[in-house]
Amino acid sequence: MPARHLELRHLVEHDCGSCHGMTLAGGLGPPLTPSALEGKPLEYIEAMILRGRPGSAMPAWDAMLSEDDARWIARYLKAGTRK
Amino acid sequence: MNGTARHRILRGCRALALAASMLGAPALACTDAPRGTGDLGLIVERAAGRLQLVETTGLTALGAIDGLGDLSHASLVYSRDARYAFVFGRDGGLTKVDLLCRRIEARVLQAGNSIGGAISQDGRLVAVANYAPGGVKVFSSDTLELLADIPAEYEPGKRAKVVGLEDATDGRFVFSLFEAGEIWVADVREPRAPRITRLRNIGAQPYDALVTPDGRWYIAGLFGEDGLALLDLWEPEKGVRRILDGYGRGQEPLPVYKMPHLEGWAIAGRHAWLPAIGRHEVLVVDADTWQEVARIPVAGQPVFVMARPDGRQVWVNFALPHNDVVQVIDTHTRALVETLHPGKAVLHLEFTPRGEAVWISARDDDKVVVYDTATLAPRATLPADKPSGIFFTSRAGRIGL
Repeated sequence: MPARHLELRHLVEHDCGSCHGMTLAGGLGPPLTPSALEGKPLEYIEAMILRGRPGSAMPAWDAMLSEDDARWIARYLKAGTRK
Repeated sequence: MNGTARHRILRGCRALALAASMLGAPALACTDAPRGTGDLGLIVERAAGRLQLVETTGLTALGAIDGLGDLSHASLVYSRDARYAFVFGRDGGLTKVDLLCRRIEARVLQAGNSIGGAISQDGRLVAVANYAPGGVKVFSSDTLELLADIPAEYEPGKRAKVVGLEDATDGRFVFSLFEAGEIWVADVREPRAPRITRLRNIGAQPYDALVTPDGRWYIAGLFGEDGLALLDLWEPEKGVRRILDGYGRGQEPLPVYKMPHLEGWAIAGRHAWLPAIGRHEVLVVDADTWQEVARIPVAGQPVFVMARPDGRQVWVNFALPHNDVVQVIDTHTRALVETLHPGKAVLHLEFTPRGEAVWISARDDDKVVVYDTATLAPRATLPADKPSGIFFTSRAGRIGL
């Protein structure tokens, strides 16, 4: 796995995990498991990551993540490689 | 501890160790020489589901306690004798841990998703705040038997996530309902029949709360608006008051990559020091009038703003991407006196009981760094596996911790 993807995986688990749970089963933020994301297109998830969700606690991550990063995370979440 | 009690504890631990060894399990690491617990503490190793037992006199790790489930965002409280810890796991696990015998005394999976808890003033009850299903459960601290289940049902069929669960005086727990914008006061003097007082319309999205060290004020931070909700626990019937209303009005808030934590909030002298939300500032508030008196610009979005026990210094850590920094503020001059780099992903800091040292966890560097608070120089580094919360037993005697 490329170094950047390892970093992103770490970010998802520990930093996204501070609201969505380390196992992504949810916390103050909603669960991000494959079943919870079923029916949500990759573009929707990418946009949510980059632009955030106004009115909620979800910030825009575009200052820290590129579009490529967001696309990789969206695929990673949908695939549910973390059990 | 008198001799008889000590012998009873030692005998109890040895008997358990013997029983375990007869079952082929490794002998339990029970303390052989009698010792107090006043300088002990636990470090949460969040990914491994493990606790490290440490002591703050010689700055050493004494051992580990395994098998606590998902400890991401775990917190804990101590029994009034400071021998047992009650650990609240993200996965709904409530675990009672014996520090002296270094073993799990009891464990229940009491919900699907939890955020923290509190121990009652008399030490008999442990309450857990749950996200899913939203509510509070109250347990016997002795046996972890469930005594009361308080669903956070704010409208028929609608349950809120519970945040900011705190112990208060006179047999009460206080907590906030995230989606409902309410504060509930539960009188648990009859634990099986709690009496609930609901305070409505306290503000949008309370995300965390604290009780001041004197036990008088419950303060909930609001994510959905600028300001905090203040409840006088001496006169709860007078309702909730808004403080610091609109402290960021007219400015575009900065992104918050990690929610600030209010518990352990800094009360130093007559001032309270607290994290702003969406701005890189620490707010200073007069705790008599609840008016803002100053703002200190800091390195990033503050997460924990913690006062040294004597109130002379405030130490601050930050959300991503400034989470490798800790800043120290002199409360006397309100000047930023030092910017430290303890390691990558600083998650928590905890002062020793009288504050000569502070322990800081650096998750991504797998270490805990101990600083001397007089010289601001590092004194020791302890290895730890993805450390998050650090909790010393001096919390046992404090309201709201």
